[in-house]
Amino acid sequence: MMTSLQTQLKYDVEAIRADFPILQRRVNGHPLVYLDNAATSQKPRQVIDALVRYYEFTNANVHRGLHTLAEEATEAYESARAKVARFIGAEPESVVFTRNATEAINLVAYAWGLANLKSGDRIVLTEMEHHSNIVPWQLIARLKGARLHYVPFTPEGEMDMEALDNALRQEPKLVAIVHVSNVLGTVNPVEEITRKAHAVGAKVLIDGAQAVPHKPVDVTRIGCDFYAFSGHKMLAPTGIGALYARRELLEEMPPFLGGGSMIRRVTHEFSTWADIPTKFEAGTPNIADAIGFGEAVDYLQHIGIEAIQQHEQQLTVEALRLLGAEEDIVVYGPRDPQRRCGLVSFNFKHVHPHDVAQVLDARGIAIRAGHHCCQIIMRRLDVTATARASFYLYNTIEEIHTLVEALDDVRKVFGKYGG
Amino acid sequence: MVDDELYREIILEHYHHPRYKGALPDANLTAEGMNPLCGDELTLYLKTDGDRIVEARFDGRGCSISQASASMLTEAIRGLTVDEAKALLERVKAMLTGSPHEPFDEDDDLSALEGVKKYPVRIKCALLAWTTLEEILHK
Repeated sequence: MMTSLQTQLKYDVEAIRADFPILQRRVNGHPLVYLDNAATSQKPRQVIDALVRYYEFTNANVHRGLHTLAEEATEAYESARAKVARFIGAEPESVVFTRNATEAINLVAYAWGLANLKSGDRIVLTEMEHHSNIVPWQLIARLKGARLHYVPFTPEGEMDMEALDNALRQEPKLVAIVHVSNVLGTVNPVEEITRKAHAVGAKVLIDGAQAVPHKPVDVTRIGCDFYAFSGHKMLAPTGIGALYARRELLEEMPPFLGGGSMIRRVTHEFSTWADIPTKFEAGTPNIADAIGFGEAVDYLQHIGIEAIQQHEQQLTVEALRLLGAEEDIVVYGPRDPQRRCGLVSFNFKHVHPHDVAQVLDARGIAIRAGHHCCQIIMRRLDVTATARASFYLYNTIEEIHTLVEALDDVRKVFGKYGG
Repeated sequence: MVDDELYREIILEHYHHPRYKGALPDANLTAEGMNPLCGDELTLYLKTDGDRIVEARFDGRGCSISQASASMLTEAIRGLTVDEAKALLERVKAMLTGSPHEPFDEDDDLSALEGVKKYPVRIKCALLAWTTLEEILHK
């Protein structure tokens, strides 16, 4: 990988760390080493302050009042939408605020799926999907009599493109695929997959929860129909996420939830809908956290998403190098760091990942251990769980070293039985 | 280092040398337990003669705490009547959840599980085998 000296000098990880109050915490007597970013990221002072500022200075309902606060709140909310949209190369009208990526996918499943899928239609998923991009489709498939088809991944942890081509020959109505796997770290070739799926007339939904926080994403260049992601994995508060959908689709789709805001005219029998994207935002939205989402995007853009990607790439290279050299450890996912993004899943051959996480926690190191909401991947890997270290802009090479050194504690507790 | 309260010697010993692990082909009572939070799976097999549990085995995959707890369970309930097993089950559950209970002797392996109650996330691991037993006994 090309890393110019100039970029290294510009990327000041200590200055970034100073913006995140929680990184000052000590856990079990040790400085916190937070390596669970794929679960949720920490929040910079700027985002926390934006929430306080909103509640102390601007708080009012949006799209309703004519008073100053209502106008300011509406302006702040819509400006956050514009920032989030611009960050992924979309127009603001194409971005609907949701609670998270899961809700965004459910919105598509219920609003688009119920109206467009019929008995016998095929939905192509992959075995790499998070439960959030499986379960909504199972529910809709059951309601409509549609069939699910899963594309497997190779032993290296990459999408089996031949199997995908075969699945596309059956002319599915929808291909729903993860951009970056939250277990394997694999970056899927979403542009190519979208092109191929469109060639057979399928719509394409991409789950970008692990992609948008870590790498440049341009939905227009990808050409997909739907793109879902969460704010809390990219420095924003919990409870706010977004769905991008092509304008024509949003316009023809029926609403997902009904209520206030999303209507134009309500009569005894029926109602007509507000313009997009408001048509899909029933009730008072999560105004404060949407504004925090906008602030988070500002922060990421200030550092530079390419610079963040490059920084994480260095951490991934080091983690793969060190963990890959341990004889008692199995590392999952592509070997080539260029084909993956920001996280490394691994297992001790003879120690359960819960026990690994427990021992690391005693050293202040936070990793995730479990099935990561990907039981299908777990079954394919023939494990019930894995340990996962996931990185972000504020992590350091030293923290990777602390993690690898602390694995010796695991060996001390569990090693003497020949484990 | 990690608190020795959790990873007591006896727990690690049961984990690495589980007492009655593997299917019991002539079991007349079985149940499967799962911890959806972590994906741990466990099958419990019992053979009863009238009211008495004459054999108990378990199979499955899980962390040291869930496996050690299952191993201790199979050892502890052999030879008990169903009512005695139910009483033991309640006693272990009370110990793990910090409710009043008759304490276990120090030389009883089950006493080693008491350290788990300080780790709320791991209580479910220790309980898995016992809630699976509960399912069988209340069928």
